[in-house]
Amino acid sequence: MNLYFQKLPNFMKLKFLLLGIVLSVSSAYAQDYFPKNDGVKTENTNYTVFKNARIHVDPKTIIENGMFAIQNGKITAVGKKVSIPENSIVVDLAGKEVYPSFIDLYSSFGIGKPKRVEGGNGPQYDANREGFYWNDHIRPETNAVAHFKYDAGDASKLLEAGFGAVNTHVPDGIVRGSGMLVALTPNVSEGDRILNDRSAQYLSFDKSVLSRQSYPTSLMGATALLRQTYIDASWYEKGNAKNKDLALEALNKNKNLVQIFATDNLLNEFRADKVGDEFGIQYVLLGSGKEYQRLDKVKSSNATYIVPLKFPAAFDVEDPYLTKHLGLEEMREWNQAPANLAMLEKQEIAFTITTHDIDPAKDFKSNLVKAMEFGLTKEAALAALTTIPARTLGQEGKIGTIKEGAWANFLITSGDFFDKETTLFENWVQGEKKVLNSMNVTDITGKYDLELDGNTYLLAITGEPTKPNAEVTLDDTKIGSKLSVSENWMNLLISSPDTTKTEYIRLVAKVPANSKNISGKAILPNGKETRFQANMKDSEKAEENEDSKTKSDSAPRELIAVTYPNVAYGFKERPKQQDVLFKNATVWTSEDEGVLENTDVLVKDGKIVKIGTDLSAGRAQVIDATGKHLTAGIIDEHSHIAASDINEAGHNSSAEVTMEDVVDPTDINIYRNLAGGVTTIQLLHGSANPIGGRSAILKLKWGAPADELIFEQAPPFIKFALGENVKQSNWSGNRFPQTRMGVEQVFIDYFSRAKAYEKEKQAAGENFRKDLEMETLVEILNGERFISSHSYIQSEINMLMNVAEMFDFNINTFTHILEGYKVADKMKEHGVGASTFSDWWAYKYEVNDAIPYNAAIMNEVGLTVAINSDDAEMSRRLNQEAAKSVKYGGMSEEDAWKMVTINPAKLLHVDNLVGSIKTGKQADLVLWNEHPLSIYSIPEKTMIEGVVYFDKDRDLELRKEIQKERSSLVSQMLKEKNSGVKTQPVKKKEKQHVHCDLLEAVK
Amino acid sequence: MKKLNLYIGLLSLLFCGNSFAQQTPAPEQAEAISIVGATAHIGNGEVIENSLIILEDGKITEIIAADLTKRQYPGKQIDATGKHVYPGIIAPNTTLGLVEIASVKATEDQDEMGDMLPNVRSLIAYNTESKIVESMRPNGVLLGQVVPRGGLISGTSSIVQFDAWNWEDATVKADDGLHINWPDSFRRGRWWRGEDPGLKPNKEYTEEIQKLSDFFASSKAYLNGNRNDQNLPFLAMEKVFSGDKKVFVHANGEKEILDIIQFKKDNELSSVVIVGGYDALAIASELKDAEIPVLVNRPHSTPNNAYEDYDQPYKLAKLLHDAGVMVGLESSGQMERMNTRNLPFYAGTVAAFGMDKEDALSLITSNNARILGIDSDYGTLEKGKSATLFISEGDALDMRSNILSHAFIDGREISLETHQTELWKRYSKKYSEQESE
Repeated sequence: MNLYFQKLPNFMKLKFLLLGIVLSVSSAYAQDYFPKNDGVKTENTNYTVFKNARIHVDPKTIIENGMFAIQNGKITAVGKKVSIPENSIVVDLAGKEVYPSFIDLYSSFGIGKPKRVEGGNGPQYDANREGFYWNDHIRPETNAVAHFKYDAGDASKLLEAGFGAVNTHVPDGIVRGSGMLVALTPNVSEGDRILNDRSAQYLSFDKSVLSRQSYPTSLMGATALLRQTYIDASWYEKGNAKNKDLALEALNKNKNLVQIFATDNLLNEFRADKVGDEFGIQYVLLGSGKEYQRLDKVKSSNATYIVPLKFPAAFDVEDPYLTKHLGLEEMREWNQAPANLAMLEKQEIAFTITTHDIDPAKDFKSNLVKAMEFGLTKEAALAALTTIPARTLGQEGKIGTIKEGAWANFLITSGDFFDKETTLFENWVQGEKKVLNSMNVTDITGKYDLELDGNTYLLAITGEPTKPNAEVTLDDTKIGSKLSVSENWMNLLISSPDTTKTEYIRLVAKVPANSKNISGKAILPNGKETRFQANMKDSEKAEENEDSKTKSDSAPRELIAVTYPNVAYGFKERPKQQDVLFKNATVWTSEDEGVLENTDVLVKDGKIVKIGTDLSAGRAQVIDATGKHLTAGIIDEHSHIAASDINEAGHNSSAEVTMEDVVDPTDINIYRNLAGGVTTIQLLHGSANPIGGRSAILKLKWGAPADELIFEQAPPFIKFALGENVKQSNWSGNRFPQTRMGVEQVFIDYFSRAKAYEKEKQAAGENFRKDLEMETLVEILNGERFISSHSYIQSEINMLMNVAEMFDFNINTFTHILEGYKVADKMKEHGVGASTFSDWWAYKYEVNDAIPYNAAIMNEVGLTVAINSDDAEMSRRLNQEAAKSVKYGGMSEEDAWKMVTINPAKLLHVDNLVGSIKTGKQADLVLWNEHPLSIYSIPEKTMIEGVVYFDKDRDLELRKEIQKERSSLVSQMLKEKNSGVKTQPVKKKEKQHVHCDLLEAVK
Repeated sequence: MKKLNLYIGLLSLLFCGNSFAQQTPAPEQAEAISIVGATAHIGNGEVIENSLIILEDGKITEIIAADLTKRQYPGKQIDATGKHVYPGIIAPNTTLGLVEIASVKATEDQDEMGDMLPNVRSLIAYNTESKIVESMRPNGVLLGQVVPRGGLISGTSSIVQFDAWNWEDATVKADDGLHINWPDSFRRGRWWRGEDPGLKPNKEYTEEIQKLSDFFASSKAYLNGNRNDQNLPFLAMEKVFSGDKKVFVHANGEKEILDIIQFKKDNELSSVVIVGGYDALAIASELKDAEIPVLVNRPHSTPNNAYEDYDQPYKLAKLLHDAGVMVGLESSGQMERMNTRNLPFYAGTVAAFGMDKEDALSLITSNNARILGIDSDYGTLEKGKSATLFISEGDALDMRSNILSHAFIDGREISLETHQTELWKRYSKKYSEQESE
């Protein structure tokens, strides 16, 4: 049958194919119940038997010279030898290999990305839908199958790449509903293609584009929403709701499906996995391709990863001025990313490969080959494309394998699929053949004597039989030529031997299989037709010409070692705790002991164990601190560094969100803060709403993953905010409150509701709906969570204290608190602390009366006062900011120093652990070259719990290494460009410099 | 509360009966003033211990080591033993007096509409009653260049002193400089148009420079003609070509600065200043050869790129200075007006990262004066120069000891009170009275 196809022109072939499909779709076992009005019944229960193939049954099993039979779209037998039923068509696959067709777990095939809704002024707070969950971005009721339409164009690209089935879904929303497993079979009905109409549930952190509903505006909002949705679904399932909620019903219905969580960056992968762990769900994660940057965490997630096969192109670094703007991170990603899959394999992490975000026809094979050049093995690649996705979807034995009973989804190749030069001939899906390259091309490679028009040329044909190259010489002179072979016909164009003319001779010949000689018709430049004869000189293959070889762009380059984090100044190996004796330092204790001259401090097991003179080091490393000053690490009560997001502005209260969900341990500002002596920060939510989000209190352990940055013993905090930002004064807003009067009402309302909630909860027992926002507010009411409130003017400061007193709790900290000096007496009475800027003012109306004497006055009145930054620049020199109170208000130096150490520790209720140099406390220490409050002072070492995270000498070393690394990467990229590989223009990712107090961050 | 009480007592002695309005400008210097015993930081790298400084008719008429002279100390004597005297700090490239509260549009007069506005003059909008301006003085920042923002050519700046009834009285040098915002060869993606917000090559870079060159050429041609048709922007360029108006070009990139050097040559500009200069170090020798000084942006900034040295902004001024470039410090950026009072600490930070302290001081005094073209009168403590200086309890570059007892502008002893010190005193008094009740 194949032979027939070879000889037919394309349009005829298509007709035959169509016919073939009509003949074969019906099943021998299932009864057909569709009426038929286009002809007579034409059932085809023939077998196709393939023989002499090298069959890859699965990644671990190969049958040499094997046979297999298919019928009705399924494989009926596989083995060394299988019996050939009478009604069989036999296909000889001698010299060819057979693989199971591939499976893509993350696809929107046949669906595409929904279009964003247009229009609307200002934020929309309510949902569009009724009868569904209150938030439009939770869409579990979406069924891919209702949106699916087979896309022949995309299908053919996927088939060309070797895929036979994809798991597709509607890529929209946080909960995206059920996806479907679909075979890519051309020319059958949807009913035949759908392998499973509810194959998985998809999720992400991204909002739906089909609704303008504002909440969530942030990553931590999306995370909190997902948590609340799970809680609500299980409450709803128990029949506790009065209303019908089709979304929650759908979510409950989808509970037992495979849950696939789509992310686009490494940090979000871990964040998703964490939410899953909280609810006993193991997500399958769509990864980012950057898993290699934190393999230990990837491994411990236990998730199966769906890994994109997209590698960054080299940057065009020819212009040195532009190159200066190129981040080391991006350069490294280019260098390292192709090794991602190999590293995942080495760590034995289960992964599948997706064509998500690439053109499967153009990029899949070449990228896969690239991954292999970087160490991915064939076996692992095949598993990632067949058995692992099949297993993940519970379709083992049905797809992804050549096995009796499995769908007849398989590839026929000219050799090892993963070799660059191998040709993929056919991709069969459900027993339907898709011919990609004809497999019966005659191999005409070799050396010939070409007799033509009285001349004897030398013709050398090299390369793949399907894509041969010709070189023609006449008397040692190279003659221009162009060769193409299609089906069994050869067309050769050669330049006329008369080199003074631009004329061509056209040769055409039929080349039947196994023919040694080629003869056909030649058309001379003058239009005369003649015969030509080419006789193969010997059986020896012509040697491939160097020039005709396509140059390999990806000769494995020298890989840059991954660092922790994988950015400039990261650690090649995570730093270790060391026992250290600081000898002969001036010690600023931040305690009643004050400043101790010529004092030793011994650090052991991460703790300060001894302070005194002439201490013996024991096994501890001795650091000569003569002439130097040792202090406790600086604590910044108000920071926005090390965060992927700051504001959840979608509601006027967002107590359910937590900054712990969005910690970014790769932020260079962590390192820079360490270089400024900062060891602990409170990562605060922004000030977009009166009730903000929960804080993350962090230790700046550079190189550690996000969860290890969290200061575990610190009690929980939440950010509140007052004034211009929450009433949306500096931009147009339509959310309550719009005045300070309204702000009070928001607090009274929420705390009243929280009180009622707690009461109801005690009464209701098990059937109670847990509300994460209310739970947080109840913690505040019960004194289990502390408030740090952004505040400026005296009226609102008094107001918030009054509200707190009304509900019988205390405000813990006023942050910013620029008019604190006006109500310091009231604050003292209430028992609240203050964390303020040293000298910021005049940036908006409510800071008109802000004065740099604020800290000094509040300190004199007896409040616990801290100096904070709210700014990644200021935070790295908080010592200077504290020192400003010596100038403004005449504060003593010891008091000033306490404002950045023990006082913020007290405000954060961690003063029993950090904030001073005291025996038993955690060894969070900074060694300064001189008086820490002096403008001339520079930290030389910054240590957290006995681990040195910043060392000035190491920093100097790293600068040199970074310079070396950059120039080596630049040469690598130049080399890549010169080899003709496409590059991308230099781009620089911009990280927003965040203050909770600047409008752009609030918006 | 003891210490607070002491301070209140001290304060009420010094400044009794001040109301809560803006500070009243000081009258002309009526009698000679002799400052005796201070360490005088000349501003050009030199120091005179135990100095005698005599101020007469608004000028410094003597500055000498006290033990080198036997002359009588004329006029009012200030015993400054153990204290330090500095020339008034000069703040280039500020928007002081043009904006009061950044978020209140009505208080904003810094950015006129239009692209080519050499004719727009900051001086006439300068608000001498600004509360932010007066807050400069207790830190020793006594003079400033007031600069319009926005556009390709933002407008014309002027230099003022910070103790005056009105802008005419405040003027130190009217229309001193033309300000150009040099286009960036890189541009942030316009995210509101759905572009990736990262930095990308600016395709219009050459076109924008051409626009500038065309404008310079056109104004030159116009000025050479009969000028019958009035063209205010072209007319405002006259002083640029005559060399009476310096050209301040705000730029940071290496490529941009090289293009500016060429621009200076092409347009035969006698005096060009780079403002910003983040990447200037790589082409320091070119800048030196072209005699282009750099006003380095405030050192209290974060590096532009994660891979750069964490202390890059701290040390840039020093490295440029070491390479032979004339360097000053300016304070523009986020919250620039109120932050300008931190100029002495910017210089202090440069000193922390390796510069000699007196050299660091010159970054904000003599160098800034030279760069702005007011060095014949300001920027150093030298005989014959304006008596614009201040006395500090200690090292003025360190915030712990930048505590002023006296400040003079043209010999006038100015108030060191501000809106902020008044609120401080008022509320300190409230608490000390509560205490004594």
